[in-house]
Amino acid sequence: METLNIQKKDSKTKKAIRITGAEAIIHCLLEEGVDLIYGYPGGAIMPVYDELYKFQDKLTHILTRHEQGATHAAQGYARVSGKVGVAMATSGPGATNLVTGLADAQIDSTPMVCITGQVPRHLLGSDAFQETDIVGISTPVTKWNYQITKASEIPEIFAKAFYIAKSGRPGPVLIDITKNAQFDELDFVYEKCTGVRSYQAVAEPNLEAIRSAAELINNAKKPYIIWGQGIILGEAEEELKAFVEKSGIPAAWTIMGESAIPTDHPLNVGMVGMHGNYGPNVLTNACDVLIAIGMRFDDRVTGNLETYAKQAKVIHFEIDPAEINKNVKVDVAVLGDAKQTLNLLLPLINENEHKEWRSEFDKKYEEEYKAVIQKDLEPTKPGLTMGEVIEQINKASNNDAVIVTDVGQHQMIACRYAKFSQSKSNITSGGLGTMGFALPAAIGAKQGAPEREVVAIIGDGGYQMTIQELGVIFQHNIPVKIVVLNNDHLGMVRQWQELFFESRYASTVMTNPDFVKIAEGYHIKARRVTERADLESAVNEMITSKDPYFLEVRVEKEDNVFPMIPSGASVSDIRLK
Amino acid sequence: MESKWYTISVYSENNVGLLNRISGIFLKRHINIESLNVSKSEIENVSKFTIVVFTTEDWTRKIVGQIEKQIEVIKAYYHTDDETIYQESALFKIASHLLFDERQIQNIIKESNSQIVTVSRDFFVLAKTGRRHEIDEMHDALEPYGIMQFVRSGRITVTKASMPITEILAEFQNK
Repeated sequence: METLNIQKKDSKTKKAIRITGAEAIIHCLLEEGVDLIYGYPGGAIMPVYDELYKFQDKLTHILTRHEQGATHAAQGYARVSGKVGVAMATSGPGATNLVTGLADAQIDSTPMVCITGQVPRHLLGSDAFQETDIVGISTPVTKWNYQITKASEIPEIFAKAFYIAKSGRPGPVLIDITKNAQFDELDFVYEKCTGVRSYQAVAEPNLEAIRSAAELINNAKKPYIIWGQGIILGEAEEELKAFVEKSGIPAAWTIMGESAIPTDHPLNVGMVGMHGNYGPNVLTNACDVLIAIGMRFDDRVTGNLETYAKQAKVIHFEIDPAEINKNVKVDVAVLGDAKQTLNLLLPLINENEHKEWRSEFDKKYEEEYKAVIQKDLEPTKPGLTMGEVIEQINKASNNDAVIVTDVGQHQMIACRYAKFSQSKSNITSGGLGTMGFALPAAIGAKQGAPEREVVAIIGDGGYQMTIQELGVIFQHNIPVKIVVLNNDHLGMVRQWQELFFESRYASTVMTNPDFVKIAEGYHIKARRVTERADLESAVNEMITSKDPYFLEVRVEKEDNVFPMIPSGASVSDIRLK
Repeated sequence: MESKWYTISVYSENNVGLLNRISGIFLKRHINIESLNVSKSEIENVSKFTIVVFTTEDWTRKIVGQIEKQIEVIKAYYHTDDETIYQESALFKIASHLLFDERQIQNIIKESNSQIVTVSRDFFVLAKTGRRHEIDEMHDALEPYGIMQFVRSGRITVTKASMPITEILAEFQNK
């Protein structure tokens, strides 16, 4: 075996037990506190499934209807719970079906461990039945991956995998296990991994950098905070709130960071990015100090980098050194875990209110309200808007639901208008933009936070990419609420075609099936709303339902999402119409 | 920003798959690896990748950041040619009769400071170690007479400044 060079918890008292590799895998999962996994069986992973059968009182396996669904469910579970999500599949097509979920988890920093079966060691490289080089295929989309070919490797590799998935900037790890390693026996002892010598999970905070940041912040006339998912992953919500409140600095979020501070907090000024709020975008180019915390300056956030916050001093609080100066050149980089660095920053910050500066956000909000928000939330035209559906869900769920979204117009509208009162509540595919994410992710979210109301909001396009996961909802009676905002189009692409391709609607018009009948086919309560008059009662019925519920809302077919920063334009050039 | 030659030195664990992971970082950015050498390093069980690229410093810095982010990479550095001592090696396989038929060949061997590795009835092999342009010059000089086989190694480099890997590893041990 290759040298692992990892640190372990001392466990000299533990006695080795002689078991098969397959059983060892189950013990590894139990040692890591896993009680729920998603997956799909097949030839090369059957020994592990046989052990799952024996351990079903301790470890629940949910059979998704496609391996992609298993990854997104594991992601949804991880994102609401902060724990590592686990997905399992067989070799070959089972393994390749995990790739989209791995890529999604990689770009959105979601802790996930995927386990794949592999053909026996002696058949590797022989083009055996259902053999595929999943380690090679998954390399660019995993934080780490490894192929186990000997049973004796299992405990150390699993310990290392869970440590890597969860620590530092989290991400997906794939472990591929040849079938012989599942059958063979080993002397099993489990020791949790606490460090890997070639990997520094979190940098020690640099006090000098924190002092420089504090000085810039204290002297700023128009400081502005943009936070991202780093706050949620680092569980630094309270620290951020304390910093924002003490400094009086207006704070905006990327969609991955949404819900870290409640929507109605007076210093929460809204969303940045392509379809974000007007003020948060244009005032990025008016602030004098930009404080980015746990975000990575994605192109959908910054627009044209040549005209992004050029007037401002930029401070970047970030856990991943590779993100510093990647897209935006920063004046002060504060490496480390947001919870730790914000705690160190807080005592150095002067109390302030920044009243005049904050009023600029209010003024911009008024403009946006008149031009966009009013039309979305209080429409006077007959057709239903996506915005009013979200608003109705806010009301019915008391602004306290977990909102799981797919990708497209409905996603932007939901992120813009959904209201949140607690963290880890906005689950969406941010970086990868994976259509088909929401339905399986909502299953995972509900199982990761069973006490919470989970509402999946999905477009008619993305819904049909993973619609088969209704089978999971039915089989296990998982009470997720599914809202399909149906405009019979791939709405976001259609919007771009309208705006940038002279309304040539190439392959964006959809002839859809009867979604209510499909849900009913799975014995899920279902209702369709076509009129505004029925919306409130339908949403209330859905939210109060103890069972899974499907609601189709027929919305306007050709509505556009505004504001919008056209691709490659400056945040200053955001369009209100 | 101006493109230049940069040498990237990567200290890593010796694991299967890491080469794939590192080369993928270049592939993703559509940057060509001009030369690659993998060997053991001055530290036991630590491998060293020496990668040469021709690109801007900004890209090089970002690539090094992404390389360093890989779990099994201990540390990565980049240096300009001025900051390193570097060499490449080349082997030339040439028909033996040319040694006698073409007097100029013997001059080339002397002037290029190359060594004869082996001589057989049919061919002899010349080894040359040096800078890229020296090897290129020798190649150009020999080419008119016919080269049966040619191969050149990746660049190998030591840096003028220190690369304190032992300290990083010691820090981990003492944690």
